[in-house]
Amino acid sequence: MVATARSPIPTERGLRLDIRGLAHAFELKGERLPVLQRLDLSVAPGEMVALLGPSGCGKSTLLRLVAGLEPLQHGELLADGAPIAGPDPSRVVVFQDPTLYPWRTVWDNVALGLQARGLLRQQRGRVDEALAKVGLGEFAQAYPRQLSGGMAQRVALARALVNDPRLLILDEPLGKLDSLTRIAMQGELIRLWQQQGYSGLLVTHDVEEALLLADRVLVFSDRPARVLAELQVARDYPRHRDDPHLVELRRQALELLGLGKDW
Amino acid sequence: MSTSSLEWSAARERPAPARLWRTGLLAGAAWGGLGLLTARLPNAIRDWPLTAELASLSFVVAALLAGLALAGRWVPARLRAAGPWLVALALLLGAWQLFTAKLGWLPVPFFAPPQALLEVYLEDWARLGESLLHSLALLGSGVAFGAGCGFLAGVSIGWSRRIGYWLHPVLRLLGPVPSTALLPLCFFLFPSSWSASVFLIALATWFPVTVLTWSGVASVERGYYDVARTLGASPWFLIRRVAIPAALPHVFVGLFMGLGASFSVLVVAEMMGVKAGLGWYLQWAQGWAAYANMYAALLLMALVCSGLISALFLIRDRALSWQQGAMKW
Repeated sequence: MVATARSPIPTERGLRLDIRGLAHAFELKGERLPVLQRLDLSVAPGEMVALLGPSGCGKSTLLRLVAGLEPLQHGELLADGAPIAGPDPSRVVVFQDPTLYPWRTVWDNVALGLQARGLLRQQRGRVDEALAKVGLGEFAQAYPRQLSGGMAQRVALARALVNDPRLLILDEPLGKLDSLTRIAMQGELIRLWQQQGYSGLLVTHDVEEALLLADRVLVFSDRPARVLAELQVARDYPRHRDDPHLVELRRQALELLGLGKDW
Repeated sequence: MSTSSLEWSAARERPAPARLWRTGLLAGAAWGGLGLLTARLPNAIRDWPLTAELASLSFVVAALLAGLALAGRWVPARLRAAGPWLVALALLLGAWQLFTAKLGWLPVPFFAPPQALLEVYLEDWARLGESLLHSLALLGSGVAFGAGCGFLAGVSIGWSRRIGYWLHPVLRLLGPVPSTALLPLCFFLFPSSWSASVFLIALATWFPVTVLTWSGVASVERGYYDVARTLGASPWFLIRRVAIPAALPHVFVGLFMGLGASFSVLVVAEMMGVKAGLGWYLQWAQGWAAYANMYAALLLMALVCSGLISALFLIRDRALSWQQGAMKW
């Protein structure tokens, strides 16, 4: 393959995200705690960008800002050139916890977004489609407590995808799954992304996961977060985790995170 | 614990129940014994009416139980489970019969034998029924009013800081006051004793429902809201489809406590001012030294209150069927 091989389907479905000079701080017992400082970052339509960094470095805050869940303090946040003022169903988050509503069946959980926007009555079929996409059509009437961790996270994925997001924000979506389920779900994430063509912003602690899933991996410093390096993953999907290119990039990433010598 | 679960699994594995229901047979014998005791032993102090009828009733129950015990396999599982209690009930009734009517060990006007209660139900059913209806109407109005206001107040305090600012002190000051303490005040503030009682019952229900609804709404995970907000939910949607369903388990605890509190306010209000209802009936019976009537009304009250609580739990089990291992009433 050519070394410049990129995401196979940059489509008009994906959203263009531009972050310029973003800064953010929290108030903690009267003290200002800066979490993000002068951050610049762009995601091209249909691109998958992974953010890699030590825990507590402010990646999740960045995602909440992009999702519109946190009010912007300083800098510019643009979705397709328009400023992000609040949450919008075109930018959907999948959290580390599936946060399914325990009082709703799987089907009703997936229907949440359509119901919230008053579209459910006309578009019931889309819920079934989304469930089929993640392979859980038979579990439509089950309750969340009856699901395994991996199944619950797949339901959360279906709940996001049913809204046809143009940017999927993944906040350590596989962080709580066992390693076997994790590997299976990584493949599933790639498949769904290639099918749907949305842009993606993935936060993860797992270097290998970032390299398997993303076109570009941004390595963040400790708090306040700055971008230490940008790693281009020049490989087609599906990727193999023993690929020498990926092994080399993993070595670089771990070194940047201060773990180079232990490896 | 472990032995009972073992028994339980063994009972499940068994394909069909035994042909003979042994406990049922025992219960039948106990009820037959009760009938014999009632019919054959002479009454000690005076000749209670309906003694023969009560004996016949016991024999009928005994015959029914014996028949069911022989039919064995077709006895419903719930009745089967109640078997030991059917035996105990006959023994308790026997002891009651013995110590009151037959031996006269318990002083007569204060302790009535079972047949005296039977007489009250047969003779005074109209007045008892009317009292019951009156009580239910008063309780229903008060509880519905109080629970409705409590639910709204709880959701508002839990949701809106501004409403909470005004409601919270009122709740803290007024809520813990026993409703019955306000009874004298309310009887002259309100146009009728009925409306005063509705208010007090509502107040007693309102407090726990408000506090628990509030705590339920306040303890909803932030993630639940985040998810709905990114999917385009309006504030109204967040209240109706996220906050309220998430708080519902708490709301039912509040309703349970509120209903319990409402019973005692109801009885006090009826005794003090309303001049109708079961509470009034109790006091009226006591005034006439009609102790059998009092016991009959108490028994009726116990059954009705227990039935209302059971109904609430039934509704809860329906509404919260998604919960696993919730407490059974």
